[in-house]
Amino acid sequence: MTAEQKQVAIDIKNVVKQYGVGDHAVTALSEVSLDIRDNEFFTLLGPSGCGKTTLLRMIAGFESVTAGTILLYGDEIEGLPANKRPVNTVFQQYALFPHMTVLENIAFGLRMLGRSKAETEQRARQMLDLVQLGQFGDRRPSQLSGGQQQRVALARALAPSPKVLLLDEPLSALDLKLRQAMRVELQQIQEETGITFVFVTHDQEEALTMSDRIAVMSAGRLQQIGTSHEVYEEPRNRFVADFIGETNLFDVTIEAIQNGTAKCRLGVGAVIESSVAGNPSVGASGHVSIRPERLSAKPPSGDDELTGVVDRLIYLGTDTQCMLHLDDGTEITVRAQNAHESALGLGPGERAAISIDRGAARLLVD
Amino acid sequence: MAGAVKLGGGGTSSGVFDPLRYWLLTPSWLVIGFFLLAPVGIMLIYSFLTKEFRGGVIWEFSLAAYDQFIFDRGLFGDEPAKIEWTYVVIFIRSIWQAALATILCLVIGFPTAYFIATRPVETRSLWLFLITVPYWVNLLIRTVSMKFLIRDSGPLNQWLTSAGILDGPIHLINTDIAVQLGLFYSYLPFMVLPVYASVERYNFALSEAAWDLYAGRWTTLKEVLLPTVKPGIIAGCILVFVPSLGAFLAPDLLGGAKNFMIGSLIEEQFKGNAGNWPFGAAASMILLTMVLIVLMFYARQQSRGEAGGR
Repeated sequence: MTAEQKQVAIDIKNVVKQYGVGDHAVTALSEVSLDIRDNEFFTLLGPSGCGKTTLLRMIAGFESVTAGTILLYGDEIEGLPANKRPVNTVFQQYALFPHMTVLENIAFGLRMLGRSKAETEQRARQMLDLVQLGQFGDRRPSQLSGGQQQRVALARALAPSPKVLLLDEPLSALDLKLRQAMRVELQQIQEETGITFVFVTHDQEEALTMSDRIAVMSAGRLQQIGTSHEVYEEPRNRFVADFIGETNLFDVTIEAIQNGTAKCRLGVGAVIESSVAGNPSVGASGHVSIRPERLSAKPPSGDDELTGVVDRLIYLGTDTQCMLHLDDGTEITVRAQNAHESALGLGPGERAAISIDRGAARLLVD
Repeated sequence: MAGAVKLGGGGTSSGVFDPLRYWLLTPSWLVIGFFLLAPVGIMLIYSFLTKEFRGGVIWEFSLAAYDQFIFDRGLFGDEPAKIEWTYVVIFIRSIWQAALATILCLVIGFPTAYFIATRPVETRSLWLFLITVPYWVNLLIRTVSMKFLIRDSGPLNQWLTSAGILDGPIHLINTDIAVQLGLFYSYLPFMVLPVYASVERYNFALSEAAWDLYAGRWTTLKEVLLPTVKPGIIAGCILVFVPSLGAFLAPDLLGGAKNFMIGSLIEEQFKGNAGNWPFGAAASMILLTMVLIVLMFYARQQSRGEAGGR
């Protein structure tokens, strides 16, 4: 991969964050190490309280590091206050200065850096055009819609040409349509400016659609780093499989492992072949994750290995979701595209044969 | 004060005449009529009457009260008019003292309010409570107590001399400094409370944003925090300045005869037989006009702020 040859923008080494001292100490981050590459759209993804925002605030300089180091293009930044770091932040609730016009907001950073009036004005106007708000320069933030305010916040943070742009759940306050439009716009702006973006979100769909790479976090720990494809198709553990997208998790016993493929026995007796994450041992129990869209259900033919009973069908427009249960009570979800009519040919209460796409099953140890 | 302006501003009004609505407004009209318009009207009329020597007025139109304020025509009023500076000086001193008290209250009150607003939510009300506790005691008693505290042989001077900071007692009583202290102490909470209210609503992410955009502490304070909480600061300044301007307890008790302020001057005119009612009313009208000018300045600031959005 060519991305590997790129320069490292932010190198986070064994970073720990603790609040409080002694017995009351709460660990927000434990031993997080990752590197964010130059010119990358990097996403920190996780549920609330997983430490992703804390990590972002450490890079920005709003939080101190309890242990470990953060290097920005090779330089240690721990001693630098936030106003001396060449990184800028887009805040969750925008945090636009209410008493300044849109243009004054965007020019603020440049003014603080002591740029000349002419340069500041020109650069601020350029940023305003970049976010397509050219004619709104004289308005106050309160006179703009949420989406427009969001773009002003983006322009304000981009104006001083930071080495890294930090985005703290910037889309969470927008409605769905606007959010989807802003995703595309953000990506375009990132490509146009070539600035490294570090994006924090709890929305896995947002992360999957926008990022070059994703770091999945949970409970202050890094769970997995990889491209959207990697974290979705090859989750390293149960948390990642469950958090990103929907999945079916089966309790299994590992019967054999050969060439990275494991034979796993389900509670109902059927054996599934699955790819392996980590180092499971034969005889141990584990979980097999299979995405709903990689399963299919059809009327039984008599010699099916895995069958279940349909509980309910949910029509979702493009898809139909079929909820079933196996004979041992395990609930599973199958998703079929509504490409042709009555894709499933099944009704509630009927028995169905369940088949698994080749390579869809993944064995997870924890 | 500002609340009274809202009258009739229900906003739901239509062309339909609703008698009930007018009846429901009666209490407001009565309050404004009897407690606001009538007293000011009486004062205005009295300021244009002739004085009766044992207090009270003679119902005869006269400009003497206003004339006396500005011109000196000798003891019997038959000498050529000279500009009379005594009262003008008292007015200027009052404005100066009130302005100084306002600045002092702001300098001490703003950090106090900021401190309280940045405490955890559970402890904020306790801090506010502590700020207001001394003000449950009557103002007169507090002012007299201050007189005892700062007099030449009082605890303050005793402590300063015994600690070796001063060689002899510092003379504070009957000085402008004592009046200033009295005013500052009397009106400090009027600054702390409105400023607290606006700092408490302040979005501290704005400070972080300024910091992130390369602004230092002072720049953030000057360019982001202060402009954002300005309405609270202006409200606090008015609430301190206006009563300080008309105060008479602190100047009377702590300032003595040399450090007269408008409040004391007006008070004198209505005390016992030596008073001059029309002159007191005229002085009050001049004071009122000055306060109104300050309030109009505030209202303009407010409406300008609102037009620009918050």
